[in-house]
Amino acid sequence: MTTPISPDMSTPLLPAKPRSGIWRQLLKRRLAILGLALIAIAVAGAILAPLLTPYDPNEQMFDGLTLEGAPLPPSEKFWLGTDLLGRDLATRILYGARTSLIIGIVANGAALLIGALVGITAGYFRGWIGNALMRFTDLMMAFPALLLAICLAAILQPSLWIVALVIALVNWVQTARVIYTETSSLAEREFIDAERTIGASTPRILFRHILPHLLPTLIVWGTLGISTTVLLEATLSYLGIGVQPPTASWGNIIFENQTYFQVAPWLVFFPGAAILALALAFNLVGDALRDILDPTQRGRA
Amino acid sequence: MSAAGQTTASTKPAAEASAPVLEAIGLTISVRGEEGEREVVSDLSFSLARGETLCIAGESGSGKSMTSLAIMGLLPQPAAHLSKGSIRFGNLDLSNLPESQMRRIRGDRIAMIFQEPMTSLNPVLSIGRQIMEAIEVHTPMSRREARRRAIDALKSVRIPDAERRLDNYPHELSGGMRQRVMIAMALALKPDILIADEPTTALDVTVQGEVLELLRDLQRETGTSLILITHDMGVVAEMADRVIIMRNGRMVEEGKAVDIFASPQTDYTRELLAAVPRMRVGAEARQAPEDPQASAGVPAPVATVRGLQVRFDLHGGFFGRVDRRVHAVESVSFSIARDETLSLVGESGCGKSTTAKAIAGLVPYSGDIAIDGRSLHGLSAAERNAVRRDVQMIFQDPYASLDPRMRVGDLVAEPLLIHRIGSREERRNQVASLFERVGLSADQMDRYPHEFSGGQRQRICIARALALKPKLIIADESVSALDVSVQARVLKLLKDLQREFGVAYLFISHDMAVVENISDRVAVMYLGQIVEMGTRDQVFSNPRHPYTRRLIEAVPVPDPKLRRTHFARLDREIPSAVRQVGDPPPLLHLHDAGGGHLVAQ
Repeated sequence: MTTPISPDMSTPLLPAKPRSGIWRQLLKRRLAILGLALIAIAVAGAILAPLLTPYDPNEQMFDGLTLEGAPLPPSEKFWLGTDLLGRDLATRILYGARTSLIIGIVANGAALLIGALVGITAGYFRGWIGNALMRFTDLMMAFPALLLAICLAAILQPSLWIVALVIALVNWVQTARVIYTETSSLAEREFIDAERTIGASTPRILFRHILPHLLPTLIVWGTLGISTTVLLEATLSYLGIGVQPPTASWGNIIFENQTYFQVAPWLVFFPGAAILALALAFNLVGDALRDILDPTQRGRA
Repeated sequence: MSAAGQTTASTKPAAEASAPVLEAIGLTISVRGEEGEREVVSDLSFSLARGETLCIAGESGSGKSMTSLAIMGLLPQPAAHLSKGSIRFGNLDLSNLPESQMRRIRGDRIAMIFQEPMTSLNPVLSIGRQIMEAIEVHTPMSRREARRRAIDALKSVRIPDAERRLDNYPHELSGGMRQRVMIAMALALKPDILIADEPTTALDVTVQGEVLELLRDLQRETGTSLILITHDMGVVAEMADRVIIMRNGRMVEEGKAVDIFASPQTDYTRELLAAVPRMRVGAEARQAPEDPQASAGVPAPVATVRGLQVRFDLHGGFFGRVDRRVHAVESVSFSIARDETLSLVGESGCGKSTTAKAIAGLVPYSGDIAIDGRSLHGLSAAERNAVRRDVQMIFQDPYASLDPRMRVGDLVAEPLLIHRIGSREERRNQVASLFERVGLSADQMDRYPHEFSGGQRQRICIARALALKPKLIIADESVSALDVSVQARVLKLLKDLQREFGVAYLFISHDMAVVENISDRVAVMYLGQIVEMGTRDQVFSNPRHPYTRRLIEAVPVPDPKLRRTHFARLDREIPSAVRQVGDPPPLLHLHDAGGGHLVAQ
């Protein structure tokens, strides 16, 4: 599943300090190591892109197209082939990782954060504040996400960070709904009553006792969200309100080239595989984290 | 009916001599787990005669429920399976009968009722529909005929107004009524064997008495054999002809009920019987030494409750206006002195837990609560919290009241941390000593709640409640979920701690025997109000209110020789605490029947 990026990539370095054993436990799980490695490759590829490739991502090379003007398949010179304008696909994927990682992590993380906050607040306090928040969430759900994104992007100057913001503002609703339901059932549990009787403050109950129980859900939504956000960014780019060309992102590489899928399948396959690998990597790490952080699962395979 | 009872009783020896209805031979049930197969029932053999009641008794994890599921062919798949032995039903071997044949036997020849009448009825079908379905599956008959049979079945379990009830949905019936519907369904086809798995555990004690009596009468009429699975030795004494005591999947002892209670053969049975809380045992041992102190709180009370009222609004109608109110607690007043245990007793819905929650600050209330002389009235939230530090609570379900994601040491240290007491090191030392005090070891502090048994968890909850050195501990049904032997030990611990720390308890329970065991004073609640209050001896030796008498009478006595022949039944449902707005319930006035013994008129 790993996208062949560069031969001189060695095993990624991991943060040295073993903080409270979580790292150590992660490193005991083979699948988690695979996930971490994939993420590290993507991050390293994005940061070190200029060192890893001799080409410029936007350079349209004369020898990048056939005489008829068709893109080249993977070869020794262009490892992943070239795109419709004769640019090196491998280079574009490396540089595109910058955009896609920011979208996938920042935008998705922000969406998760907003959704969790809204959901927890509404689910724990309920009453008028819960009602107001949840009706607003329903309203956002009913509103076509793409239309909203187009409106927001039209009002604000398009840039990478604005796109991330727009995606976050569109994507938080589902998380909020799910977290709301879970929080409201957690808030009814007896141990929350028990916390209140020992005088625990509301923030303490919310962050020490309710949030940890929501982690599995948040992790699942977070990892699922990565591929959706990366693709949503591509959709926005396609509509001309996302990342502006010629800046590369995994999503817009797919969208630019999707009509040539039959003649030049590598143009869609490689960026698609990259998105898939990234989502899978986060999923593997997320799964492992969920098991490690849940004490009741300890000792099970 | 008594004549019929006579005849069955006289033919019983003959029936026992004839072939048994059901016979288990070397029954072994294994469960596949993470560490390979584990036997949950090992080499169990017994036989069941026609018309006989066999009680399988034991504490949780003894394999009694697994045995009943095995007979029904309902072992949880694919983890559990019958690894050895056979179950002979007539000339059939149930252990290797194909599912299609088993299905025909289930419900028709062998029926089962479960513990939770709430969850074993389908909430979206009327009870009539469900009973008729049970009948139609096994006997081809017209809809009209099935309906008639269903009405007969409901009448036979003494549900008043059976024809109208047929169209009711499960949520419209009380727990006791629902369990009767389950019994009606199980007996509608006159099965040879009825398996009842803890049929009265979820019911109130007065309802339990009625349901047990009903089972006994029906069995006498139909000649059905009954296998009763229970943990309650009182129920065993009340019902059993023969008893099997199980422990850890093995039969410990088997014999006639009278013999087992009179002369238990094994240590385990003796321990089990000794642990059962008995009424009227303590009364003879002690001769009213604490009477002078009990006369109207002489020392400053730890907690005083005056005119406590808790009401919940119900919204209904088109605009969601408040149209009805639940009068959960109405004008309840009492006080608790230092070192004293006041018990609130009553059946589900009487408002005893709501009273506890109001005192602990978990539900809004009106009226006045004073802790240690400081009234909570008109205090700011922060001041109220400071006062409430002196009140701690132990909940019913030790599995639900500890955050499963925290280490137990941190959980016990949490109250100290919240109220900023001591340094990290001091807190840890204090938690360690609390652990030792409640009978756990300090090196268990780094474990998580799920690694402990129910009794151990309740000890953790007690340690947690003690951490702040409160003046009052509210124990809300705190021993109800525990096995009797564990229960006895936890009660003893609570008593010891009271002597040591001088803490007062507000003990909330539905179990009269436990209450008699632990209380200094008792208040009986009914429909949100106190109907009788006095010292333990006043209430238990001289119950004045009819409801109190009924409660005491309903407790099954763990001695088959004292078996009741008849239990007074209430044909009407218990009135509801839900009332229209502007129609508050009439307030009861308590008058003194002598020596501080308050009784409602």
